[in-house]
Amino acid sequence: MINKEYKSVTEAVADIPDGATVMVGGFGASGSPIELLHALIDHGAKDLTVINNNTGNGEVGLAALIGNGQVSKMICSFPRSSQSKVFPEMYRAGKVALDIVPQGTLAERIRAAGAGVPAFYTPTTVNTILAEGKEHREFNGRTYVMEPWLKADYALIKCEVADPLGNLLFNKTARNFSPLMCMAAKTTIVQTKKLVGRGDINPEHVVTPGIFVNRIVEVTDPVHEDVLIAQGRAYP
Amino acid sequence: MSWTREEMAARAAQDIPDGSYVNLGIGIPELIAQFVPEGREFIYHTENGLLGMGPPPAEEDRDLDLMNAGKKYVTALPGAAYFHHADSFSMIRGGHIDVCVLGTMQVAANGDIANWSTGAPDAIPAVGGAMDLVQGVKNIFVVTQHTTKTGDPKLVEECTYPLTGAGVVSRIFTNLAVVDVTDKGFQVVELAPGITFEEVQEKTGAPILPTA
Repeated sequence: MINKEYKSVTEAVADIPDGATVMVGGFGASGSPIELLHALIDHGAKDLTVINNNTGNGEVGLAALIGNGQVSKMICSFPRSSQSKVFPEMYRAGKVALDIVPQGTLAERIRAAGAGVPAFYTPTTVNTILAEGKEHREFNGRTYVMEPWLKADYALIKCEVADPLGNLLFNKTARNFSPLMCMAAKTTIVQTKKLVGRGDINPEHVVTPGIFVNRIVEVTDPVHEDVLIAQGRAYP
Repeated sequence: MSWTREEMAARAAQDIPDGSYVNLGIGIPELIAQFVPEGREFIYHTENGLLGMGPPPAEEDRDLDLMNAGKKYVTALPGAAYFHHADSFSMIRGGHIDVCVLGTMQVAANGDIANWSTGAPDAIPAVGGAMDLVQGVKNIFVVTQHTTKTGDPKLVEECTYPLTGAGVVSRIFTNLAVVDVTDKGFQVVELAPGITFEEVQEKTGAPILPTA
């Protein structure tokens, strides 16, 4: 019987090695898998390449992972926000590298990896500095830039409801990059607010089919980045 | 009398057809949602996965999982839909969004726009979805003050900041005028009350044609 359930976030992230590429779901605070990120801080893997739309906020979650010196490179579309302090400091100090990817290209590169498409052409970035050095090609009189797929060793994902097979439902705009990242990582680790039984999710409603998910941990009362920041919390 | 921020937003809203799918940038463009002309309906798209975005909620009604692309809390109207990022940018890149209204640092007479980076060596680059929006959305409108805080023109012959996209802007709404990007460069469509063509020309960094 397939059962992807893990008993704790600690156990779920225990094999992530130094140097791994890790996708982290979420857009700003919504959908950020804080408990898995904090477990990764406790675990201590270093020299990570992390893929997320942003770079975290305050001194919790992704920002805390960066602040703890575990991330050597960030791949993201928007590394600053009103409450991101850790990444700008680490970046200016030369302690973390940055690869800027337009948001739609980032999403499609992740999707392409999950779909087995090694590269695609997009009009995004044509005639800008972000297209420099990339292959250009004309289709029907318009110029496009080639972009490669983007894969990862692990994905850390937060969802609302999961079953033991890994079928997932998300909550509102907390969905964002997560279904794509589930497809693009070799090992997808999901924290779910609610773990239901096999057959309890209507097959018509499944957002991410379980084939894209490897590990499920129930975190029934997940903390939210915005709430932690409002409380002035830092991790560890 | 030049137009206020609210009047600029209201003027831009007049040029968005009924039934349009609309993506609004941060700043003055966001105000457009408050000035939808009587009898029209716009459906708002936000890049992080929502069609049918509604106004901000009262603080006690906030849902921590319901944000817009500017990371502000919003609501979802009846008939709204949630989707993942690849679908969201398929709507953008695939030409399904009718109008995108953006703020800018510079816009050039050939429709080039620069609104993501000053190119300063110490700046941390951050592009978000801007380059996808300008390439994919059918009509790119810009709402901006006509000049910077120090009085430099924002409507220029050629952008000096790094481009977001080339030749993509169709119409510009400023505090002084509505300006089209045409084959012959900038052209005034409408002047704000009491503003003369000469004043607009003087504050524009490129030749500008009077109203046709």
